[in-house]
Amino acid sequence: MSEYTYPILFGLAAGTLTRIYMLRTDYRQYPTYLHGKIIHVALGFIAAGLGTVAIPSIMEEDFTAITFLTLAASQFREVRNMERNTLTELDSYEMVPRGKTYIEGVAIAFESRNYLVIFTSLLSTLGYLLFNIWGGLAAAVLSILISTKLMSGGRLKDIVDVEFVEPRFDGAGLYVDNIYIMNIGLPNRQEEVLRYGMGFILKPKNFNARSTIANLGQRQAILHDVSTALGVYRDSGTPALVPLAKRDLDDGRVGVFVLPQEKDINKALKVIEAVPTLENAIRMPTERQTNGKGS
Amino acid sequence: MVLEKYILAAITTNPSKIPSGTAVFHCENKKEMEIIAANLEAILDGIAHALTEELYVIVKH
Repeated sequence: MSEYTYPILFGLAAGTLTRIYMLRTDYRQYPTYLHGKIIHVALGFIAAGLGTVAIPSIMEEDFTAITFLTLAASQFREVRNMERNTLTELDSYEMVPRGKTYIEGVAIAFESRNYLVIFTSLLSTLGYLLFNIWGGLAAAVLSILISTKLMSGGRLKDIVDVEFVEPRFDGAGLYVDNIYIMNIGLPNRQEEVLRYGMGFILKPKNFNARSTIANLGQRQAILHDVSTALGVYRDSGTPALVPLAKRDLDDGRVGVFVLPQEKDINKALKVIEAVPTLENAIRMPTERQTNGKGS
Repeated sequence: MVLEKYILAAITTNPSKIPSGTAVFHCENKKEMEIIAANLEAILDGIAHALTEELYVIVKH
């Protein structure tokens, strides 16, 4: 055993535990129990190994070992591709699909979490080598806290006010508030829609939020999350019962129409408010310097 | 070019409003029109949209 054995083992353990901590299965039922988890824990272990050996390599002036980190980058990009491909394949069998924007967000999260593991194991090993095991432990806890902060994105409630509105028909047109959703011709179908349907209005809090919720991927994510949490009243071959989100062109509000199996207004409001703001949907038009250079 | 939405069939009670270029179902009254539209909706995996009181179209989305 060399002087680096315990610090390396410590960093390896800290990194792998961080990955396991970040691999919580939530309402999205992803990753699935158990094989999906094994893949990601194994990759997390590899990431932890790469991070932890970087510090001893630098101390031994073996700088070429650092090039392995570039190898890790390409390896974890593959993780992103793997997640994207898997979820895209599965999406066609969903009652209410996630949508490409949501899938891309999940895939990016999986890649970035491996980098957070590298960061954690690197800092843990450094703390151990510079001070002692307590120094390493402090570095590990600090890294896990930073990782937790970095992996949690924004929620929809931060950018919109959500309000329940009973859907209604005007002729064959289905409306949520004054927002036109779709045309449903058959009276029986209309009754079904009114019996099971719920409407929500998302009122943007600012101009940036208006652009973000206009994104089709963000809207699909809302529909998917509500349908996952509350169930969905539909089957294949019933396109008239598909949940939809449409936009009011005048003020940027979005009308969400869903058909949950559990018609619980408070629960639905909480689910919508907790929908993640997708990284790829975020727009910040107010950040543009209209009078600045290059405008 | 990919057509994302297209009319699969039309159901009408008014023979003078027959659209061309799609399958048309003539019905005696509104009740019959609703029954035909409901069946076609299920068979064709489309949505029955009411354009007027006398004309329904089944649209694939």
